[in-house]
Amino acid sequence: MLGSLLTLVFVLVFNFFLFRVVQTDPIGSLFRGRNVPQETLDNLRVAFGLDQSLGTQFLLYLRESAQLNFGISYQTRQPVWNEIVAAIPASVALVGVSAILSALIGTIGGIIAAWRRNTWKDHSITSGTMVFYSMPDFWLGMILLVLFAVVLGWFPVGGVSTAGSGESGLALLIDQAYHMFLPALTLTLAYLGEYTLVTRSSLLDVMGEDYLTVARAKGLRDVAVRNRHAVPNALLPVVTLTAINFGFVLSGAIAVEAVFSWPGLGKLTADAIRGPDLPMLQALFLLFSAAVIFFNLIADLTYSWLDPRVEGQ
Amino acid sequence: MTSLAMQRRRATAGRVWKQFRNSRSGMIGLAVLLLFVLMALAAPLLADVRELNPVYARAQGNPQWAPPSEFGPMGTDYIRRSVWAQFVWGSRVSLFVGLAATVLTILIGSVIGIISGFVGGRPDAVLMRITEWFLVVPFLPLAIVLASVLGRNVWNIIFVIGITSWPSTARLIRAQVLTVKQRLFVDRARSLGASGRHIVGQHILPNVMGLILANATLAVPISILTETTLAFLGLGDPSAASWGKTLEEAFVNGAMVRNAWWYFVPAGFGILAVVLAFTLIGRTLEEIANPRLSRAR
Repeated sequence: MLGSLLTLVFVLVFNFFLFRVVQTDPIGSLFRGRNVPQETLDNLRVAFGLDQSLGTQFLLYLRESAQLNFGISYQTRQPVWNEIVAAIPASVALVGVSAILSALIGTIGGIIAAWRRNTWKDHSITSGTMVFYSMPDFWLGMILLVLFAVVLGWFPVGGVSTAGSGESGLALLIDQAYHMFLPALTLTLAYLGEYTLVTRSSLLDVMGEDYLTVARAKGLRDVAVRNRHAVPNALLPVVTLTAINFGFVLSGAIAVEAVFSWPGLGKLTADAIRGPDLPMLQALFLLFSAAVIFFNLIADLTYSWLDPRVEGQ
Repeated sequence: MTSLAMQRRRATAGRVWKQFRNSRSGMIGLAVLLLFVLMALAAPLLADVRELNPVYARAQGNPQWAPPSEFGPMGTDYIRRSVWAQFVWGSRVSLFVGLAATVLTILIGSVIGIISGFVGGRPDAVLMRITEWFLVVPFLPLAIVLASVLGRNVWNIIFVIGITSWPSTARLIRAQVLTVKQRLFVDRARSLGASGRHIVGQHILPNVMGLILANATLAVPISILTETTLAFLGLGDPSAASWGKTLEEAFVNGAMVRNAWWYFVPAGFGILAVVLAFTLIGRTLEEIANPRLSRAR
């Protein structure tokens, strides 16, 4: 708990250091290449508190961060926080669905691969997931998009819903799910491999244990041995991985969201890079870090709840 | 180094190679990797570097958006450049950035891991606190903010990848150093009056080297994929076009809506092949360095 708070403080300090010390002249980069009177620049520096000492600036920065005041976006001239809040639902929906699907399918794949070790099932599952694991996720997205949206025309090429259709309620929801299909498929395929490999090796570790021999000696069927004795014990690392990955939910899909013009935090990040929209990047980085820190804490708590042996360490 | 130690190390290398040769997936990975390394080295023989220049491409009378059936082995892009030339020359940048970033990653990770594990005490606590922080902070956003602030060139990209991906290496090396430190030969060397530097150089390093190498092989895929993503998001070096940069240009200039698959399929396939090759090699090396793994798997 204390460790998580400390990590968050580290992120704040790092963020300040990066954007105020390394990037010494935010006002200059705001008007880069444009002819702005020196007087205007100086006034703006005073307005942003950049004429103060670094210590004062840091305190100011802490107060503003606590108030969720991250400044004005260079690109849209809107408060950064408002833009971020507007983008959260789309991201959580897309990456949440993909995270759950990949955890489920990946874990099942890993269980089959381990239980049927060194058979053709194991080989095809392991090599299949390794291939998806090895390609850039956004490239997979580009291929799926061209194949299913451009060539076959089965799915829309991007966005979150059909513009100007004026649908509401269930029809809108169906339309959104239809738009989400390709990006969610991309992310699910990209995340699968990790779960499969972790589940497989964890289950293989458990498979040599004596209690499985005992369970078999009791005359339990193979399926019962697997589902009741082996899998629950092998699933611990998978649970942790799932919790940690949920922390990456918000930051995980930056390039994929860009490919499908999915209006979430990832697309916001990708657009902010093009500026570069530094206040936006700074706030997004803070938010992404906070999410990961929070879910790491959850992962730790779940782990010690599921496996009481950890408590003693 | 005494000739006896040399001999012993040569024997170890021979044994590792013998085991490696028996692994089919390891050998496939090695063959694929060699193919791409050869392509990167022989780039000037395979494609004219001037083909990367849009002015030259126009003067040559290249068609625009030409599919492979109309031009060269891989067609042309939106400014008439040969995609084959971009593929061949891009392999140099992607491989170079991937390898250089990995060297930096392993260097930082090993130094911190060895200091942490060997010295112990307060330095260990401080270093591990920093390592933990880097492990928790989301890796890609961190790389993105760093690259945005530092600017777009190859060396910055290498620095950004190195500085964001060393922590897992540091933790692994530290754990290994801690176990090696307990071994009898370290105590013996110390009681004979050996300095800390001698112990690290002659006793600790040789014993963690295998692990460092296996870890390095598995770190290359992460470096290459990170470079690709950064380049795709527009943070790549404009003057050194990697495979990721090709993917970005294809995406930004509408290759997908045009169904110009020849523009973005080769570069992504190159990344996939190289990353898979390194993964296969790394897993084989890991199994050799840590036999417990291969028995379980």
